[in-house]
Amino acid sequence: MTGSIGRRGFIAGASALFLGACNKVAESEAGQSLFHAAQGWHKAAHRALADRMALAREYPRSAISPFFRGNGSLTVDSDFYRAQLTNGFADWRLEVRGLVKTPLSLSMEQLRALPQRTQVTRHDCVEGWSAIGEWTGPQLSTLLDLAEVEERAQFIVFRCADTYAGRKYYESVDLLDAMHPQTIVAHMLNGEPLPEKNGAPLRMRIERQLGYKHAKYVTAIEAVASLEGIGEGKGGYWEDRSGYQWYAGI
Amino acid sequence: MKKKHALTTRLWHWINLVCVVVLFMSGLTISNAHRYLYWGDWGFAPEQAWLAVPRFPGWMTIPGHYNLAVARDWHVLMAWPFAVGLLVMWVAMLVNGHFWRDLRTTRTEWRPAAVWHDVVQHAKLNFEHSGGKFNFLQKLAYGVVLGVFLPGMVLTGLAISPGFEPAAPWLVDVLGGRQSARSLHFLFAWGLCGFALVHVALVLLSGPVRQVRDMITGGTA
Repeated sequence: MTGSIGRRGFIAGASALFLGACNKVAESEAGQSLFHAAQGWHKAAHRALADRMALAREYPRSAISPFFRGNGSLTVDSDFYRAQLTNGFADWRLEVRGLVKTPLSLSMEQLRALPQRTQVTRHDCVEGWSAIGEWTGPQLSTLLDLAEVEERAQFIVFRCADTYAGRKYYESVDLLDAMHPQTIVAHMLNGEPLPEKNGAPLRMRIERQLGYKHAKYVTAIEAVASLEGIGEGKGGYWEDRSGYQWYAGI
Repeated sequence: MKKKHALTTRLWHWINLVCVVVLFMSGLTISNAHRYLYWGDWGFAPEQAWLAVPRFPGWMTIPGHYNLAVARDWHVLMAWPFAVGLLVMWVAMLVNGHFWRDLRTTRTEWRPAAVWHDVVQHAKLNFEHSGGKFNFLQKLAYGVVLGVFLPGMVLTGLAISPGFEPAAPWLVDVLGGRQSARSLHFLFAWGLCGFALVHVALVLLSGPVRQVRDMITGGTA
């Protein structure tokens, strides 16, 4: 038996040494910039290999999952939100602001009156699971064109009503993903108004990236030149809080 | 003097070892993030799963505690030297003749009697074999690893990336959907782990000092 304990001790010791070395690398400045660079290589490769406007896969309606899992924030903890839930979001406004020539403040009715896109797509969570749903809403490009985004804008930031673990949720994408035809502001899931747990009344669909980019309970869309000064500057809730990759196409 | 192992083989062997270890251990952290595997395009709950994966303890994972962001940082980084290295190794094997000379099997080697003979010799721990550099079982193992498991890791990994899928949707189709690709990614990873255990055991049984030295210096043919 001593042999086996010794062997186990050896493996545990080797593992501890190796993990310690990995931590040293991961926490170093060089390690951090390598991680950041590798993420950029994936983004560049994805965008070089496929057309920049290439569509994420769309499924027939028959492929829709039996129900659509809610994750992260499942509601917004405010009296205003609870009141809006019961009156069909009659007073909800979506602002389009920041580096735009014509700031907008749109009601749900106005959003529904715009040209709509309906798409059955797969939602991939960073944790690994997938669900398929049918989403409907105006394309983000329609809103950005209406508001006339200025030349110097580089990113589009999504402001949200929800807080998760005490912090405001937000997300951001670059203009390439913002102008992608499948990037929509969804107000319907599977032909019904968006359920509370899935981000009612409005959530983003960023179909070529993982789920944490798909901001829920959206209140404003902001064109900015830089992500600095927004949240902690890393471009999103999970990016700030846990160091998730800003490019979530991997 | 002719070397037993070509320089490209030796370089790749050790670089690949580091890549595979880091990818495997950071992959176990990613597995801990959602411990269910599915077939087809979608799946998000235990009742749809074909396998509930055990939670892997900290000494098996990178980092040593649960942190999905850091695990993904390692996975995303090491995927590059792993995939590029494999491509370079394949080109080198085809060009320098290693593949045609040492790894390709012949029809006679597949005869049941010949295979049985190889199995018996392995069981007797008799590693002396005449003729080629590798016996049939070695060729088979290295062939499956180089031709199926390693490229399988790269292809299934690409198929799981939502940003890559628009470039080659056919790849996801061939693999049977994104969740099938994820399941295969997991199975190939454990296939590699199984190979590594047998590989190390056989090295230990067949003169480990000489074997490791030759994989560093090249040895003599």
